[in-house]
Amino acid sequence: MTTMTDPPRASFQLSSLIYDTRYRSYTFQFIALVLLMLLIGYLGMNLIQNLASQGQDISYRFLGEPSNYDINQRPIEYDSRSTHLRASIVGVLNTLIVAFLGCITATLFGVTAGILRLSPNWLVRKLMAIYVEAFRNVPVLIWILIIFTIMTAVMPAPNQFRGEDASASMLFDSFAFTNRGVYTPAPIWGPGSLVVVLVFLASIFGVFYYRHYATKLLYDTGRLLPMGWPSLVILFVPTILIYFIMGRPISLDYPELRGFNFGGGLHIRGSLIALWFALAIYTGAFIAENVRAGIQAVSRGQTEAAASLGLRPRRIMNLVILPQALRVIIPPLISQYLNLTKNSSLAIAVGYMDVTGTLGGITLNQTGRAIESVLLLMLFYLTISLSISAVMNVYNNSIKLKER
Amino acid sequence: MSREQLSFVRSHMLPEAPPPTAETGAIKWLRENLFSSPANTLLTLVSAYVIFKIVMGAAPWFINGIWDSPSLTACREILGGKVGGCFAVLTERWNQLLFGFKYPPELYWRPTLAFVLLFVAVAPVLFIKYLPRKLLVFTGLYPFIAFWLIWGGPIATPVFALLGVLVGIFVYFRLLRTSAGVAVIAGFLAALVFWILSGYLKAPFDGFLAMEAVASRDMGGFMINLMLGVVCVSLSLPIGILLALGRQSSMPIIKWICVVFIEFIRGVPLITLLFVANVVLAYFLPPGTNFDLILRVIIMITMFSSAYIAEVIRGGLAALPRGQYEAADSLGLDYAQSMQLIILPQALKISIPGIVNVAVGLFKDTTLVSVISMFDIVGMIRGPILASPEWNGVYWEVFGFACVLFFITCYGISQYSQWLERQLQTDHR
Repeated sequence: MTTMTDPPRASFQLSSLIYDTRYRSYTFQFIALVLLMLLIGYLGMNLIQNLASQGQDISYRFLGEPSNYDINQRPIEYDSRSTHLRASIVGVLNTLIVAFLGCITATLFGVTAGILRLSPNWLVRKLMAIYVEAFRNVPVLIWILIIFTIMTAVMPAPNQFRGEDASASMLFDSFAFTNRGVYTPAPIWGPGSLVVVLVFLASIFGVFYYRHYATKLLYDTGRLLPMGWPSLVILFVPTILIYFIMGRPISLDYPELRGFNFGGGLHIRGSLIALWFALAIYTGAFIAENVRAGIQAVSRGQTEAAASLGLRPRRIMNLVILPQALRVIIPPLISQYLNLTKNSSLAIAVGYMDVTGTLGGITLNQTGRAIESVLLLMLFYLTISLSISAVMNVYNNSIKLKER
Repeated sequence: MSREQLSFVRSHMLPEAPPPTAETGAIKWLRENLFSSPANTLLTLVSAYVIFKIVMGAAPWFINGIWDSPSLTACREILGGKVGGCFAVLTERWNQLLFGFKYPPELYWRPTLAFVLLFVAVAPVLFIKYLPRKLLVFTGLYPFIAFWLIWGGPIATPVFALLGVLVGIFVYFRLLRTSAGVAVIAGFLAALVFWILSGYLKAPFDGFLAMEAVASRDMGGFMINLMLGVVCVSLSLPIGILLALGRQSSMPIIKWICVVFIEFIRGVPLITLLFVANVVLAYFLPPGTNFDLILRVIIMITMFSSAYIAEVIRGGLAALPRGQYEAADSLGLDYAQSMQLIILPQALKISIPGIVNVAVGLFKDTTLVSVISMFDIVGMIRGPILASPEWNGVYWEVFGFACVLFFITCYGISQYSQWLERQLQTDHR
């Protein structure tokens, strides 16, 4: 019964382009390619015609021209005579700042809420469920606007801090919440502060080294070194010692009322706070669900097996549950970070000058270079997304369960 | 040891004693759920205090709320210094919040009717097990009815659009025997040809059953959010399925077209795509065409959500065991049949939670159109309402209302999807 194994090698006919499965895929791909080319050609022709009729061209020379607008939050030196390119870079930095702050805060919120959702306490569980559902089901734009409204319309004006019977007061005499933003103490880096910072960085490495050494010792000899308090000692004691030895080089600059506004200290604008907290709380609700799902994904048998091996509860958590839960939690966590970064483009709604506000907002409107600006904007976000996905893929491959 | 030497031997079973009071009913529940350990007791007390503060703060605001007043100042006068919400802004601007500020008031019944019919149209899809399948015909007709109701104009427009679809479906079924791929392409082309021809055919019918036309730029409020959400989700589902299949395809060119499209769209924020719709898309259209802004936004949002749905469905396709694909092949089914009968039903079932997440996310993202100066509900609140002299300064009532609208819709959708998952569960657990 082997007569039907090989189909007869029929000679190629035109109809086999449709009917013969060996050739059909070529037909489809050819059609798809032709259609794609036609589409691109059509769009390109329209673009050329439209540009010609409006006397425009595609050029990036506008990036080198002076921007003529101001940006209120400048991580790097910038004024209205700087170029559009520099304005875009300021925007990029502002995007990265809010994304970085947002990711850290969102992780804090999310992990806390996710663990509390599994708490044995009924009331806490329900409260966290309300938090998660309320924030997941309402658009982040509305949350940004609500927090922005709190920052600008509910907070007291700086002049309310004035006088004997001031209606507002500073928190601990160092934090002022006003409708122009929050003023916090800023560190002043005196001479010798570099040494303190370096020592602190070195102690962080020291902690990692100590923990690595302790783990190695445990695996090699079975001797268990304490982890908790030595880490804290290594982290803080050398830094504090060197701080006093160097004669306290770092001091704080407290904000104080000068004239009609606060001076000194660090000024965090309401738009940044609104964006930062709204994104953090919103994304935190999603992260909470990921964390909960991750912990629940580790089956109860794992806990019981670890307990029957004689591990204590904290070691069960650290050695058995968390490593398995993290495998489930981290990939969606990273994609939440990515979402947060992309959502930070909503900054334009509250006037925070991120890259969407500078390059996609004022630069676009001033120069009329819509195609170029939007293209650059997309490229920026695309670069961030693709590089994070690349890191993700590497990570996913490294933690993949090695089966068979 | 004889029996007599034992001091006491029970000769019958005791009846069950009731459990101690601390181990039953409400007290047991309280002990286990609220006060099981000192730390838990502390947590309970702290959260109870937080709830108490929130309730005590919010209660007078709701109870003293003013529902009838022409402006914020009038409302504050009525309140006379008491804490209270000015919900009058909702009653006074109700129509603006729902329909925008330019939609002709005498025509409000049309979008309202379309909204009610939406439930009739969606019900047979959502509860396909419980309602007769014939109702699906109405679901098919609904887009055309809704278009006619919301935009108005001669009835010939939606009728000819519907006829075009019917022609396409007819051609598809005639050619299905030959090859599914050919049939899809041919059906699509036939519909396209019919639509182009109908531009000339429908001219005589333009006066027939014509309702007053409403321009897209006159629409606003929550209506726009609903419209964009419903239209874009329903359009992006089939496109998303096609993209997911394309990405899994063994044909390299098609695969790469899909991969590039999906990764590009997923890599950029929706707001940049809306910028494209707003300022860039016009450059790529033939000179002189004046494309409706809503239509441009629908195109971009549909592209956006179909890329996300494609990724969700790809996950579903990848989760199916290889055996399913091989089983379909060994039954002698061709690609279209095996996808339609074996693979997609299972893959889509797995992807339901993901698809619903995308749908909910998309619905929330429709508020972003306010950034490109469309007056959806957020745009209405920020623009005409908060900027008006009467209601300048009333924040919580309007933002709270928007939150409630979105919460009800999104929470409802996610609850439905959980119910559907339970309905579709075929494994016995």
